[in-house]
Amino acid sequence: MSAVLAQADDLAQALGGGSSSLGCTPAPADRGAFLDALDFVVSERESISGGVCIGGPGELLHLAGSHMLVSAIAIAVAVIVSVPLGLWLGHKGRGEFLAVSVSNVGRAVPSLALLAFFVAFVGIGFTNVVLVLTLLAIPPILTNTYVGVRQVDRESVDAARGVGLSEGQIVRRIELPMSLSTIFGGIRTSAVAVVATATIAPLANVQSLGNPILEPQTYGQAGQLGAAIVVALITLATDLGLGVVQRLVTPEGLKRTAHSSTTKRKRFSTIPVLRRTQTP
Amino acid sequence: MILETLAQIQIRNRSGEGCVAENGFCPDWIANNIGKYWTPLLEHVYLTVVSVAIGFGIAFGLALLAHRRRWLTGPIIGVTGALYTVPSVAAFFLLLPITGRGNLTAIVALVAYTLLILFRNITNGLRNVPAEAVDAARGMGLTPNQILWRVELPLAMPEVLAGLRIALTTTIGLATLAFFAGGGGLGEQIYSEKAGTGGIFFKSNVVVAGSLAILLAAFGDLLILTLQRLALPWRRTLNA
Repeated sequence: MSAVLAQADDLAQALGGGSSSLGCTPAPADRGAFLDALDFVVSERESISGGVCIGGPGELLHLAGSHMLVSAIAIAVAVIVSVPLGLWLGHKGRGEFLAVSVSNVGRAVPSLALLAFFVAFVGIGFTNVVLVLTLLAIPPILTNTYVGVRQVDRESVDAARGVGLSEGQIVRRIELPMSLSTIFGGIRTSAVAVVATATIAPLANVQSLGNPILEPQTYGQAGQLGAAIVVALITLATDLGLGVVQRLVTPEGLKRTAHSSTTKRKRFSTIPVLRRTQTP
Repeated sequence: MILETLAQIQIRNRSGEGCVAENGFCPDWIANNIGKYWTPLLEHVYLTVVSVAIGFGIAFGLALLAHRRRWLTGPIIGVTGALYTVPSVAAFFLLLPITGRGNLTAIVALVAYTLLILFRNITNGLRNVPAEAVDAARGMGLTPNQILWRVELPLAMPEVLAGLRIALTTTIGLATLAFFAGGGGLGEQIYSEKAGTGGIFFKSNVVVAGSLAILLAAFGDLLILTLQRLALPWRRTLNA
């Protein structure tokens, strides 16, 4: 914790131009928690312990950048690992138990416990945090990819095979495009979880918007609340942004059928509810 | 009684001090201190059960409302979806100025997270009831209320319970962060900065408290699954 603190102090000092000539003033007193938090976000102030400048758009942008960098790498790695695996399993129709139970198990493992386990047994630092976030991101993407491919109309696949497409071509030209919307649903779920969990990255000595939240000694209540507001907004923006991407990657033909009442509810499912085929 | 136990723990702490000071994985220390996980575990169960119960009540009410007034489904999904998206750590700190430190803040945030999952599953369950079953019930002269309680809800049960399982495991996971809001729970043991436990991320603490959280989730999941098998023997259970 002290290492994180020192790092944050260094950063604040670098931004504030050293402790000798502070470019900021102490926080204005008695303005209500939320106003004070907004003030923390929009302007620099002297830290609680004094001597350094904290808050303001400069520091928050820097922290947000680090936050999004660690999240983006983790999501990218998770996509590279789980989409091909999910496509392969779905195409072969194998490993349903693995592909489905992985997300059940994933849900049961608390993110804090996973991070704490890594910090205690593997170590701290950027790579380890990326690894933790990747592990959190894999289950929803893997499950959604598998479910997406299995939901592709079997008749389309048979037709493709009939006109002479190779198995690889079937995956690339039929199954992937038709399940892209579901796959992106999984990526969206994972991305939101990863960006949310990156908030506790400072516990493993990686800077993120969690720094002001986890170091009230330096940032005070205004810092905690201000950073919480920024984190909430960033996660909502991630969700909305990826929602737009999800709509864009859905093939035109599938969008049109999505208006019929039978498939409409699928748009709500960011967490897939997989149904076993009911045997009469 | 409690003081006695505390005194015992303190004495025993010293015996495992070497291992603890080096932040090793200390089976002896765990064996000696296993009792100290009892209270956090109970706090964790309390937070989870209360939150899921309240969340279920609200989501059930909203789902019945949306069942009668279909146009409400979209807005409710939008609002609960936004609540679900806000990171839990941020939610706890956003609520602190309003509800103060303690259980209340933790429960309000945890309830907010269950709403989307439960509402979506209850609504889907009601929608997937075969139209023929509802028509038959209407033909037999049942009122809309009777149709809801005697036909639609029983047929929607598998999906409702599947949602309950997801909500329960998710809430157990999120409740590990409830200590940020002063709600206690197993997260406090994982995070533990207290003296005598080896400081933050003490290996033995992480393993025991982390495993307890995972076991609790598995146990809760199995419990609902068993209830479902007992209550609805005629239906195959849905995958959560």
